[in-house]
Amino acid sequence: MTATDPTPAVTGVPFVLNGTPCQANEGELLVDAAERNGVHIPIFCYHPRMTPVGMCRMCLVEVDTGRGPSLQPSCMLPVTPDMKVNTDAESAKAAQDGVLELLLINHPLDCPVCDKGGECPLQDNAYAYGPGESRFVEEKRHYEKPIPISDLVFLDRERCILCDRCTRFSKEVAGDPLIHFIGRGADTQVNTFPDHPFSSYFSGNTVQICPVGALTAEPYRFKARPWDLAENESTSTVDATGARVVLQSSRDHLLRVLGVDSDAVNWSWLSDKERFAYEATNSEARLGVPLMRAGADADLAPVRWAEAARKVAAAIEADPGRVGVLGGARLPVEGQYAWSKLLRSVAGVTNIDAQLSDGLPDQAILALPRATIAETVVPGGVIVLLGADPKEELPTLFLRLRHAAEFDGASIIEITPTATSLLPHAAASLRPLPGNAGVVADAIAVGDVNRSIPGVNTAALAKAAELIGSGRPVTVVLGRANLAEDPSFALAAVEHLRKAAPHLKVLPALRRGNVMGAIELGLTPGIDTRGDALVEPGLDADGILAAAARGSITTLVLLGADPLVDHPNRALVEAAFDKVDTIIAVDLFLTDSSSRASIVLPAAGFGEVDGSFVNIEGRLSPLQAKVTPPGQARADWMIATEVASAMGADLGFDTLGDLRTDLSASVRSFAKVEWEDLVAANDGPLLDIARDWTVPSSATVVAPAADGYGLRLVIDRKLWDLGTTVQQSASLAHLPSAARLELSPSDFDALGVAAGSDVTIEFAGGKVVAPVGVSAAVPKGTARVPFRLPGFDPGMLTSTDRLVTDLRVTKS
Amino acid sequence: MSRLNAANETLAREIIARYPRPKSALIPLLHLAQEQEGFVADDAMEHLAELVGVTPAEVLGTCSFYEMFVRHPVGKYKINICTNLSCQLLGGEELLHHAETSLGIRAGGTTDDGLFTIEDVECIAACTEAPCLSVNYRYENRVTLEHFDTLVDDLRSGKRSDIPDHGTLGLVRQRIPADRLGGIAPPEQTTKPDWFASREADAAPERA
Amino acid sequence: MATNAYIPHAAGYVDNEGPKVVSSRFPYEDSFTLERYLATDGYGALKKALAMTPAEVAGEVKDAVLLGRGGAGFPAGVKWGFMPPIWPRYLVVNGDESEPGTYKDRLLMERDPHQLIEGCLITCYALGLNQCFLYVRGEMALAQERIARALNDAYAAGYVGKNIMGSDVSVDVVLHWGAGAYIVGEETALIESLEGNRGMPRLKPPFFPAAKGLYLKPTIVNNVETLANVPWIINNGPIEYKKMGSEASPGTRMVAVSGHVNRPGVYEVEQGVTTFRDLFYGENFGQGIKDGNELKAFVPGGGSAPWFFPEQLDVPLEARVAGAEGSMLGSGAIIVMDHTSCAVKSSLRLVRFYARESCGKCTPCREGTNWEEKVLQRIFDGHGRPDDLELLLSIGENISPGPYPVAAHPEAGLTAVPFPPKQTTICPLGPSSVAPITSAIRRFRDEFEAKIAANPANAAVSAEPVHTESVDTEPVHAESGAH
Repeated sequence: MTATDPTPAVTGVPFVLNGTPCQANEGELLVDAAERNGVHIPIFCYHPRMTPVGMCRMCLVEVDTGRGPSLQPSCMLPVTPDMKVNTDAESAKAAQDGVLELLLINHPLDCPVCDKGGECPLQDNAYAYGPGESRFVEEKRHYEKPIPISDLVFLDRERCILCDRCTRFSKEVAGDPLIHFIGRGADTQVNTFPDHPFSSYFSGNTVQICPVGALTAEPYRFKARPWDLAENESTSTVDATGARVVLQSSRDHLLRVLGVDSDAVNWSWLSDKERFAYEATNSEARLGVPLMRAGADADLAPVRWAEAARKVAAAIEADPGRVGVLGGARLPVEGQYAWSKLLRSVAGVTNIDAQLSDGLPDQAILALPRATIAETVVPGGVIVLLGADPKEELPTLFLRLRHAAEFDGASIIEITPTATSLLPHAAASLRPLPGNAGVVADAIAVGDVNRSIPGVNTAALAKAAELIGSGRPVTVVLGRANLAEDPSFALAAVEHLRKAAPHLKVLPALRRGNVMGAIELGLTPGIDTRGDALVEPGLDADGILAAAARGSITTLVLLGADPLVDHPNRALVEAAFDKVDTIIAVDLFLTDSSSRASIVLPAAGFGEVDGSFVNIEGRLSPLQAKVTPPGQARADWMIATEVASAMGADLGFDTLGDLRTDLSASVRSFAKVEWEDLVAANDGPLLDIARDWTVPSSATVVAPAADGYGLRLVIDRKLWDLGTTVQQSASLAHLPSAARLELSPSDFDALGVAAGSDVTIEFAGGKVVAPVGVSAAVPKGTARVPFRLPGFDPGMLTSTDRLVTDLRVTKS
Repeated sequence: MSRLNAANETLAREIIARYPRPKSALIPLLHLAQEQEGFVADDAMEHLAELVGVTPAEVLGTCSFYEMFVRHPVGKYKINICTNLSCQLLGGEELLHHAETSLGIRAGGTTDDGLFTIEDVECIAACTEAPCLSVNYRYENRVTLEHFDTLVDDLRSGKRSDIPDHGTLGLVRQRIPADRLGGIAPPEQTTKPDWFASREADAAPERA
Repeated sequence: MATNAYIPHAAGYVDNEGPKVVSSRFPYEDSFTLERYLATDGYGALKKALAMTPAEVAGEVKDAVLLGRGGAGFPAGVKWGFMPPIWPRYLVVNGDESEPGTYKDRLLMERDPHQLIEGCLITCYALGLNQCFLYVRGEMALAQERIARALNDAYAAGYVGKNIMGSDVSVDVVLHWGAGAYIVGEETALIESLEGNRGMPRLKPPFFPAAKGLYLKPTIVNNVETLANVPWIINNGPIEYKKMGSEASPGTRMVAVSGHVNRPGVYEVEQGVTTFRDLFYGENFGQGIKDGNELKAFVPGGGSAPWFFPEQLDVPLEARVAGAEGSMLGSGAIIVMDHTSCAVKSSLRLVRFYARESCGKCTPCREGTNWEEKVLQRIFDGHGRPDDLELLLSIGENISPGPYPVAAHPEAGLTAVPFPPKQTTICPLGPSSVAPITSAIRRFRDEFEAKIAANPANAAVSAEPVHTESVDTEPVHAESGAH
């Protein structure tokens, strides 16, 4: 809601609640209307973010709509005018008591050993309702005690009260109906199909919404009692969606992350990565002291902070023009600002990039009119996906997009090189070969629906043209579908679509943590610390690495970056690392990259510092410390001030409060931020990010014709990969699967080999051998390899000077 | 443990085409799987999941709700003895006892030779003919203990060729020739029939 | 696989020499064939209907006051009128007959499938819809077979499918069959099942099938017998139809009289006219209680109906009267219990049915019916406790609050509680389990108390859980049944 779009005053629905006249919203369910009016109705199966099913019967209340009072489930009953509701009626109390007694007859009542004890709706309601003493003397139902239904979730069927929350979630919200009611009547149980585990990226939500202790999460089982936990609200930094979370700890250890119902962002849902990656904070491998090498061949050894800071200052100051900085998306806003100010204003460094050649050009991102998530998923809207599979990269955003298509009449147009998880919900799916997205978008925009584009279905083209031209609100979810394809093609596509839908907005689907904060605050080549465009941008990540490999950049600063694992062209990174004189790493761990550094500064991580976070919408939300960092690890902004003072400079702040004041004073998009309200604000404020810049044109970029190699490469990502966060989380580390070169069924069949066997890949840079597989998501003429998985690194196939990558695959 | 064979897969696709949405065909398809193997194998459920576009867990959710579907091998003849009230009043439980004793198995069990499974079932809609039972869903009425023994002997000696193996229901299938099909389409693509619209239009002036 | 030899008709139907609406072809050996159907005016009503407007056809059925024969007795013509002007819309035929004691739809499907198909087609025409699903109970192999054959013949002969009888009207009728679940007889569960799901009922509102049914589109669900009446009504008109039966309940209905009568049978009787006494003692009907025994109690309308007793023998088959007397006519299932029967055993058997058939959706039914069964089983096995009868009635209160419908017991000075019961559940299955308990305990409390008194443990009641097992009534669990 904005000032220019005032929402009309809600027309109230008058009704009488326990004798008091009240107002409900139009269509509001009685259970919610009562709660808003201060009357709590007990529930088990009802969940405000899912379709009500009315099956636990706990919420029965007496309702009179003019035909006499009768018991009605308040979770399924929209309030109608002049409805008379009595939640205290004897019949309602008797029904609630009865339901509670019946729920308990087969429940094991093992609260003392149950993880849910102390925060259990069944336990709570049992104190408030029910007879207090069981009249059930028969044998209870028995099942094998907790069974693993996935790598992360255990199920105790004896405790289950069959409320359908987890099963409903899996089907309705996640779209992964891998758990289901099995059997009938009193023998009904929740279970998986034999040997088909509940391997959903969203499985942890079922644990959070379980109203009893039937579902427990492996990482939290038996770790704590709820009354021993202290908590803070924060924001997940796992990806750029910025899901709101609550952090819970006991004895200075993070023990649990729960989703918070932010209406603007994640509706209480989290991916398992957002939920369980807190384990990385607790990792034994965390760095607690600064490390330094005495000489080039010496091992990293502990050193005092002051000395480390002096060495860092000296290395940067020596020749700022020959310094390249990679990373910064991991840092909170405050760390980003301090580092940006240090690098740009104090030291004069200009070659800085928080994106590792896996994102989008910074100025274009800020110049494009930005959509919020709510605007993107507006009922009846049109959503164009010009980016990676959101389920793999921004899973909670995926849930919102899926919901929009499934329940709110939004139409999705996929313009992606391979099928994404939104395919089942897409109104039109277009599969341009890498390099052709702009051509497809042009055909859509000008209505040339019969244009022949390899692999593109003309019916889908016509449908997309109809939707784009329909006058419905259009949002492009814009990201990097393919790390082996230049991002200018996607930008060209947006440019074409704007011809037909001039009011379209863009939701950047950048993936990496606080990348939007890094871009807003100048940890990027084309934007300065104040958020203004630089006329002469510095080098981007590819440029920095290439310069380093040539020897013209001699010092690399890694701000939480691990380019050896994270950059799509490992050969380039290796060459750069081999050549530079000094590598400085600010990190939580000794990664592949930071272990090559000559100086390593230990930073405080997620859950250890107060700060803030900017999500893909440009929404600012709080990060709160819940536990203390290990050893001498420090907040990133403090590290920056330490290095600044080693340079003999003063950044102008010594406290977080001063820093924020300075930040708001210097950066226009933060000028209006009320920092003191940040924690309390339910959704977090939107920054003032609008720019009146002209978006530079990409429309002229032309993909080279297929070079006769036959297959064009797509490199994309999986949620579970070899990245540090996943690998340092004990429960998640084993989840990545092995990479294969995936071909379309027809290309695969033509090859005539068995799935899993090795094939020879010829590419411009040489030949490699890799295992091959088949996937229906891959169209003919395309080859797909997921990035950063065990087994095979597709980064070796790419080159930074090519717009697309072509391959030839033959039997080994 | 197998998926549908080629002929049954073809038949399955024909059945699916008769419904506005594929999942509606699931129960008939589970019967088809049970007809092929005598029970519903896990592999068959995975196959059906592919055919109707759901997960195997969803197929199992449906399969396990309905008591006719068995997920493990049962006897060639499944003898369902009704013990609901009409039959109970006239000796249904005694008949069940007799069956259990004479075959040496409890209700729910299968004889070692794999020929017979007995089930204690609910009303099978032959109440005036109590006590009644069905063998592979073929009815036997007013069953005395002697009648039961004869039935078992006849089944053993192959005299009851009228009773197919467990899993087979009706011996005639509905087949709709392509040129006779009125037209079945997904709900999203189904509108008011022209014939109805035109008759409504014709009738309107009369009413006015 | 087709067989040409006629499988003999299922037994049970008895011609009671009354007026025939739906059973007129039953006596023919080949009654289920298209040849016989055409030779006995078959598809004449369809032809007649096609010459009328759909609204006129619907009007005839509405004027005939064709009451639903599936159990609730709601007028079909009124139900049809509830459909909003939204397409697609569907007709679903409920042939999932499985209420204990009910035996009539199977006969109608096996013996005269074309009559049912013709009724469907006329209904589709009247409602302007072109897709009809005929849901036959899974266990009824012969009914499925005969309907399949009838449909194949009718499609080939041009009565079903594209351009019916050369007209521009096209209607498809698809045979669907279930797989064993009593609850699927409930119309919203039937729709779930037809969507390939677990047959768990939906809450009404909002899911009244006429507005939000199959695929959430307007759907009429009618019982087999209801639709089998339609051709006759179109052929003969509502005036003729209303000459049979009573004013409130015109026409005939099929009833199955089973249990302790000399001549159990399925009879087509005039509604509102015939009494239970006629059915049990009449020469054309039951011909008296078995072996000259005394009538103890009877189930007047399927296992879900509260019991009647000798005092209610003169109640006519009139829904409103039966309801005021504390029960219902339901699905035309009448089960007679003579004085040799045991009230504890009979009620246990019916309660066990509901416990086994509960879909598991609503807590009170899922947990309550099983609890009821366990307590009753204990009492029956001689492990009853003094509090058990109050406990049973109290569990019943949790499923069906308030005074439960029950027949009068003048001798004890107890008056009738009229039908229907209240419910804490979505559908009536759970509340139905309370019928046999309330009926039996209120009337035959002494039998229960005697069983409880026979428990030697009642001298010193133990608080330990009691695990009982009984050979003859232990539920069958498919998964534990492997030998």
